[in-house]
Amino acid sequence: MSILVIAEHDNKTLNQATLKTIAAAQQIGGDIDVLVAGLNAQSVADNAAQVAGVHRVLLADNAAYEHQLAENLGDLVAKLGADYSHILASATTTGKNFMPRVAALLDVAQISDIISVESADTFKRPIYAGNAIATVQSSDSIKVITVRGTAFDAVAGDGGSASVEAIADVFASDKVEFVGEQLAQSERPDLASAPVVISGGRGMQNGENFKLLESLADKLGAAVGASRAAVDAGFVPNDMQVGQTGKIVAPQLYIAVGISGAIQHLAGMKDSKVIVAINKDEEAPIFQVADYGLVADLFEALPELDKAL
Amino acid sequence: MKILVAVKRVIDYNVKVRVKADQSDVDLNNVKMALNPFCEIAVEEAVRLKEKGTAEEVVVVSIGPKACQEQIRTALALGADRGIHIEADTTPDSLAVAKLLKAVVADEQPDLVILGKQSIDSDNNQTGQMLGALTGMPQGTFASEVVVNDGKVDVTREVDGGLQTVRLTLPAIVTTDLRLNEPRYASLPNIMKAKRKPLDVKTPADLGVDTASNVRLLKAEPPAERSAGVRVADVAELVEKLKNEAKVL
Ligand SMILES: Cc1cc2nc3c(=O)[nH]c(=O)nc-3n(C[C@H](O)[C@H](O)[C@H](O)COP(=O)(O)OP(=O)(O)OC[C@H]3O[C@@H](n4cnc5c(N)ncnc54)[C@H](O)[C@@H]3O)c2cc1C
Ligand SMILES: Nc1ncnc2c1ncn2[C@@H]1O[C@H](COP(=O)(O)O)[C@@H](O)[C@H]1O
Repeated sequence: MSILVIAEHDNKTLNQATLKTIAAAQQIGGDIDVLVAGLNAQSVADNAAQVAGVHRVLLADNAAYEHQLAENLGDLVAKLGADYSHILASATTTGKNFMPRVAALLDVAQISDIISVESADTFKRPIYAGNAIATVQSSDSIKVITVRGTAFDAVAGDGGSASVEAIADVFASDKVEFVGEQLAQSERPDLASAPVVISGGRGMQNGENFKLLESLADKLGAAVGASRAAVDAGFVPNDMQVGQTGKIVAPQLYIAVGISGAIQHLAGMKDSKVIVAINKDEEAPIFQVADYGLVADLFEALPELDKAL
Repeated sequence: MKILVAVKRVIDYNVKVRVKADQSDVDLNNVKMALNPFCEIAVEEAVRLKEKGTAEEVVVVSIGPKACQEQIRTALALGADRGIHIEADTTPDSLAVAKLLKAVVADEQPDLVILGKQSIDSDNNQTGQMLGALTGMPQGTFASEVVVNDGKVDVTREVDGGLQTVRLTLPAIVTTDLRLNEPRYASLPNIMKAKRKPLDVKTPADLGVDTASNVRLLKAEPPAERSAGVRVADVAELVEKLKNEAKVL
């Protein structure tokens, strides 16, 4: 067996998510190659070469790959991946964007968002907003898989010494053009990897009040998240949404403030180790999954909590 | 411009599904079904483009059992012009759906195909991208804004880091995210009118597509249940428990 893992990166550093995807690849077993496709991404390839257990790093360095456009990446990965038994990428918005194109080009299914490797052809994945866990078996010649990061422990980012080989293939679609991006700037840890996450919901009432959460987050080294209702109401930007159709998190500690606990929100956080809920409605469904529930007005509880920490 | 919208019949999003006792699958008996929320947003976007005069015709297509026609009628009541039902006993997997949609695209020659980003049952998030690869069309997935202009479409995408905008040459594929628009409610007169709109029925065989899947569901289990924990009386007790019992502070 041989596995191609597609690296997630910003052309400078390798994203943590890739270390988790490599962990899933190790459970499948076999030689693991990592593809870094980007522009001026030598440093990412060097990072990847040091990851424990990586056999070979393939570096496709070209302007066509700078923004990870699905059309170009899909064609490249389908070509390089044709000789592997498995192709894995992280179930991030980047992986979700290009991997199904790879699967279709190779005429195989994609197994999305796996949470466990049962064997080389059998995997578990959540369906119906996590209300059921499916075990699926694939008889496709190549398994195209995206990996849910929260379900795997990252492999060590050092200790390896893989070779780096240049890939010359350039796929540059003339039907798509990158126009621009607005990326959130934050000093706080990334939602996907933060040990503590504090999320606010509609109960926060407005964006200004999220400062109450940010102040706590700074004390706890936490990331700040939100429910969809808070994002829809314009309190905070979309990249903070936790849930079935937002980000999946599983920190050591998740604090849900003014969030009712709809199934779509639970799908994104119920694998957290310890869950705290602060809500003034004692009937709120969030209390059914909370290890510690505090029935209180958040505008009283948050300042008190801030003082106590 | 012609727009094709793919819509899927799924469990209503308010229903908490359970697995069958024999763990062979989830139990969909007597469960309320509906239009996938992301597909509803896709229909709304297409209808708005028509109302603005950008599009002339909106065609909706759904693949699956006969009952899918209910969801096609819903889409017609929301303002789509005509429907295509590809009848199959069970809902095929995403790759087969993408192949069937490719055949519909070949027949209909739409300028824009709008799909949901994800069905809330399989949570696959792949059909639109697969259709893109099979037809060679560019894609703007997870769209929160769509602007059609001069043979191109600018799509603002919700990505992990924030927002990204790509410009695609038509024909192109868009998949919808939740904030693209807020779908309207169908009015009673429109529901009545929808009953008379044309609805074509085809089969996968008519389109020459084999819908067999190479992925088998071996088992569906309930997730690990979390039991409700304790209620704390106040902030002081919460902090004490987090420090000394859970040891996370
Ligand atoms: C297709 C689809 C996908 C979705 N995906 C997601 C997703 O990924 N993530 C997500 O979060 N949602 C998602 N949703 C939305 C979800 O169904 C809920 O509508 C949403 O999670 C509700 O957010 P909320 O809990 O903040 O708001 P509400 O349900 O309105 O709850 C607000 C809570 O705040 C409490 N509160 C109010 N004031 C105070 C106060 N002063 N002090 C303390 N408590 C207070 C209230 O008691 C209430 O429980 C999705 C929905 C659909 C249809
Ligand atoms: N059986 C189907 N019939 C019509 N459209 C579908 C079907 N399955 C998936 N789609 C479309 O593809 C989108 C994404 O679905 P999925 O890839 O299954 O998560 C849906 O929102 C629909 O627009």
